[in-house]
Amino acid sequence: MAEMWINMGPQHPMTHGLWNLRVKVDGETIVDAQPEVGYLHRGIEKLVEGRTYTQVIPITDRLCYGSSLTWSHLYCLTAENLMGVEVPPRAEYIRVAAIEMQRIASHLMWLAAYSTDLGLMLGFLYTMRDREVFIDILQALSGSRLTYNYPRIGGVAHDVPPNFERDTLRACNYMEKKLKEYEDLFEGSKVFMMRNVDVGLLKKEDAMNLGVTGPPLRASGVKYDLRKDMPYSVYPELDFEPVTHPDGDCYARYRVRMDEMYESCKIIRQAVQKMPKGKWRVVAPRNGPVGTGLGRVEDPRGEGVMYIVGDGTDRPYRLKIRSPIFVTVSAAPKMLIGYKMADVVAIMGGLDMCIGETDR
Amino acid sequence: MNLFDFCYGLIHWLVDLINNIWYRLGDWLPWWFGDFFTGVGDFARSHGHIAVMAILLEVLIIIIIALINVLNFIWLDRKFMGRMFDFYGPYYVGYRIGGWLQNLADGIKLFVKEIITPAKADKLGFLLAPIIYVGSSFLALATIPLGRQFYIGTNADPLSTGVEASALIAFAFFAIAPFSILIAGWSSNNKYTLIGGMRSAAQMMSYEIPMLLTVASVFLMAGSFGFMGIVDAQHDIWFGIPLFIGLVTFIICLAAEVEIQPFDLPEAEAELVEGWTTEYCGMRFGLFMMTGYLRGYIGGALATALFLGGWHGPAFLPDPIWFLIKAYIVFVLIEWARWSLPRVRVDQILNIGWKRLLPMAILNLMIAVLLKTAGWF
Repeated sequence: MAEMWINMGPQHPMTHGLWNLRVKVDGETIVDAQPEVGYLHRGIEKLVEGRTYTQVIPITDRLCYGSSLTWSHLYCLTAENLMGVEVPPRAEYIRVAAIEMQRIASHLMWLAAYSTDLGLMLGFLYTMRDREVFIDILQALSGSRLTYNYPRIGGVAHDVPPNFERDTLRACNYMEKKLKEYEDLFEGSKVFMMRNVDVGLLKKEDAMNLGVTGPPLRASGVKYDLRKDMPYSVYPELDFEPVTHPDGDCYARYRVRMDEMYESCKIIRQAVQKMPKGKWRVVAPRNGPVGTGLGRVEDPRGEGVMYIVGDGTDRPYRLKIRSPIFVTVSAAPKMLIGYKMADVVAIMGGLDMCIGETDR
Repeated sequence: MNLFDFCYGLIHWLVDLINNIWYRLGDWLPWWFGDFFTGVGDFARSHGHIAVMAILLEVLIIIIIALINVLNFIWLDRKFMGRMFDFYGPYYVGYRIGGWLQNLADGIKLFVKEIITPAKADKLGFLLAPIIYVGSSFLALATIPLGRQFYIGTNADPLSTGVEASALIAFAFFAIAPFSILIAGWSSNNKYTLIGGMRSAAQMMSYEIPMLLTVASVFLMAGSFGFMGIVDAQHDIWFGIPLFIGLVTFIICLAAEVEIQPFDLPEAEAELVEGWTTEYCGMRFGLFMMTGYLRGYIGGALATALFLGGWHGPAFLPDPIWFLIKAYIVFVLIEWARWSLPRVRVDQILNIGWKRLLPMAILNLMIAVLLKTAGWF
């Protein structure tokens, strides 16, 4: 068969969201690939300039449907850096527990999408069912299920609901039990291993040169986790280990995310048990100073950075968002070339694409 | 009394009923009108005419049974999937019979949809592909007996063995489908369908060989190419027990032949939107989908007849019921694998076919030769 270009997207079951992957195939083998993003550009960075510092929080929630809480948390960190606000310790612990729950929910949603990509509907329904456990707790905490609008500049919106500690510990125990079940379901299946092991290899050097961050980078054997390397919030006081895997294939990415969920359960437990009493919010000034603020967090998908410029008014002059997937997707050709067409879904699914934050 | 006998009697009774009036009309009408009516009545009563009508009635009965089973299979598939996936499955349409009417509702929905032919498609091929696919699959039903006396026969002899080489005919018709899939994929003029059609052709060709080798071992053991001979030879022991490797190989090949989940590469929805059926919509797609389940039913029936003793079972249930129970069990086994395994990749599927299943089929054939030579069968 002659070589031909195939558009996978913008409307295609492989693309979770609205983006386009053009692959050039020779029969079934991929010889070239071009990712194209930009179909979901909403101009969030521009929208921010017309709103006060507090009004920006719900917009940053909309950056990613998978893990909205980490993005509003990141914005609050950045604004606090700009204004020099000190957050009370109780708020920090609540935030850490919430974003780790968000990380588990996000990874579960990734696992659901990934298993449908590989043709396993069973995995989709089981993981989405168990994601509900954490969504319910976050709903009790913040009042909504997808875009939480929970962190505030200088703390969190409200205190934890009654029985928060009990429910969270229960959810963590439940989740660890279920994760074992998923390991049986996925890794116990020979077909799943055939589709994942040695597929989409990304070498350590390539991953670092292309700016890949988050689970794909750690799956290539680089121990780089902002929670440890550039600690923010109360992460230095908590005991956990960044997960790495030396292989750099799809299985390694799967394994890293699974292990991260175990680690997140550990973090949630500690955060909930160490949570001090006290205030959960301080009043932040309405007007930001003239100056800049920077925030970096470990998003479930990689390293999220926000850079804010204040001009002394109550509105930010500029907000720059660094999205992890926008950078990670540039590694797609490196990973895709030489593999079969059916591997496209496994490789691109393994990156956990979220187009909301990519196109902003 | 076999099915032909029953249909013959029924048609004969009907013809006699009509002829009561017909002959009287002939008597009443003047000269050559009367002769003409008497002649038509005589022709209708002749053995040849009644036999042809009886065979057509048999075909109708077999097709209706197959279609009812297809509806059951779709329902069973969804219900079983629902139970595995932790939800109920079809529930509201036909609430008192477990949501069974959902299939009919879906069928009506597909019927009222517009049938679109893409502007750049090859019109003839696009139209012909579903016809060949559906027609060849229904033809494969023609020689499969549901019971010792329940098959499309041409004589009333209760010991008749039906068509010689009926199993070969069934497999020949069963193997036509890849051509229609290739035609469908090519004529749609779409890159996804093209790749789907090519995958389907490669997959079906490579799984045909181990499948027919295992079938050859059954022919060898039974000493017959016909379903009757094969099933009669399993009176004492099912071939699935001595030829267990063959049974496993056959069921795996069957899953690949009817394109279901671990092997549904031609319609892999994750990478090739809907594979070779991407451009089909409305009832044409409905026909493809229904025929997919029909092929599942045929596959279950073939596995039952060749390996699981056909209609042999304790006598408290009639033959066709035993046959259908076994066919359903085979289908549920295949569905179980379908809903719990991810999809295999295209190079891996060919590796499985050529490097795993073919040696297994040959080993199975050697076991059959050994057993036959030892004189145990």
